[in-house]
Amino acid sequence: MTTTFVDTLDIDEGPVLLAGTRKGAWVLAGDASRTSWKVSGPMFLGHVVQHMMLDPRDGKTLLLAMRTGHLGPTVFRSTDLGRSWKEATRPPAFATGDPLERSLNAVFWLTPGHSSEPGVWYAGGSPQGLFRTEDSGDTWEPVSGWNDHELWATWAEWPVENTPDGSMLHSVIVDPRDPAHLYLGLSAGGVFESTDAGNDWHPLNAGCLATFFPDPEPEFGHDPHCVRLHPLQPDRLYQQNHCGIYRMERPEGRWLRIGDNMPREVGDIGFPIELHPRDPDTAWVFPMDGTDVWPRTSPDGKPAAYVTRDAGDTWTRLGAGLPERAWFTVKRQAMTVDAGDPVGVYFGTTSGEIWASPNEGASWTRIAEHLPEIYTVEYADPARA
Amino acid sequence: MRVRIPDPLRSYTDQQKVVDADGSTVAELLADLDTRYPGIRFRMVDEQNRIRKHMKVFVNDESVRNLDTEIGDRDEITIMQALSGG
Repeated sequence: MTTTFVDTLDIDEGPVLLAGTRKGAWVLAGDASRTSWKVSGPMFLGHVVQHMMLDPRDGKTLLLAMRTGHLGPTVFRSTDLGRSWKEATRPPAFATGDPLERSLNAVFWLTPGHSSEPGVWYAGGSPQGLFRTEDSGDTWEPVSGWNDHELWATWAEWPVENTPDGSMLHSVIVDPRDPAHLYLGLSAGGVFESTDAGNDWHPLNAGCLATFFPDPEPEFGHDPHCVRLHPLQPDRLYQQNHCGIYRMERPEGRWLRIGDNMPREVGDIGFPIELHPRDPDTAWVFPMDGTDVWPRTSPDGKPAAYVTRDAGDTWTRLGAGLPERAWFTVKRQAMTVDAGDPVGVYFGTTSGEIWASPNEGASWTRIAEHLPEIYTVEYADPARA
Repeated sequence: MRVRIPDPLRSYTDQQKVVDADGSTVAELLADLDTRYPGIRFRMVDEQNRIRKHMKVFVNDESVRNLDTEIGDRDEITIMQALSGG
């Protein structure tokens, strides 16, 4: 495995990784074997990059969500994999004159829209606002059906800040069968669903625990860390929650705690969950220590991913190549998978390392180190000449 | 009138430290600034027209938070930003 820093990134035949950090962004390009990597960056050095996504519909439009220390949040766009950038003409923002006087502190999450709606993207914010663009990220509008919903303040527990960096909206999911069918996650607040393009919403948390309430099974108020829908089996959702790992089969709509099948000494707390692109029964998680004061580092200082290949009935530890002792955290946007066969699995750490496995997690190699705290690593498949 | 731009916002002004902008209030001045340098206003003023928490706008030597503050041609405007954090 080799890694080379380059000034100009030439895309090879392999995967591309988009890495956003607390201090800027980097792009990594692998060769076909996924053993040799080129790294370009930093872009936006010193800026907080919360998320970076390439549009899978055109393989070209790259959006980056960022803020800069004390400056307001914004979105930048690139169509040449980060060689040049242009800021959104109208970044995501709550409506001026908003009755709750909300202002956006951060754009936290980016989701490309449905394949039938080119140019549509969704953005989740902190506080928990939802925003939509129809022109590939140049101008954004608040999604009024969510932001102005009569129960928004209740669901979002406004104005309480429920996470250290502020409550946020994430995991915006568009059903591949229906652009009007949407899911989203609130940390905190829970999972919510809309079947009418975001005009109305309802909680979707039955079966999921929220042990930080007197009633551990409330209708809302949960803390989903990451929610995923399998594109080939869109009635199946997975969730890595503050209170465990869950799976849901629709239309039933009840979360089943598949994390109960994780080793007891490891537990089932974590931030990310990633799905195999072709096998709805396979998912990867990266457990963290959710005991005592919640260190959020690897349990017992022994980092490892875990994979299930039977939809959560059993889990297997994947630690070969990883440090025997380490105390980093893998954040919710910082784990990703490529489309290869076997699937490549990647994660970035709060200690500034990116780890890669070209064999579905059977072994890991560090492909970048000494970067700032990593917030996001996303696989991209750019259009190639 | 002259407006001093802090380092973190100079990517909007082609790295110019001092630029010209017009207006009879701070709000009008910032709106004109945004016309000349698109995007700069939202980085320092939120969507509810509040100067962001760690941004400061000085009219001459006086820090102002009210965007309706009246200004004149002979006033000098200085925008500053805290650079705290690790």
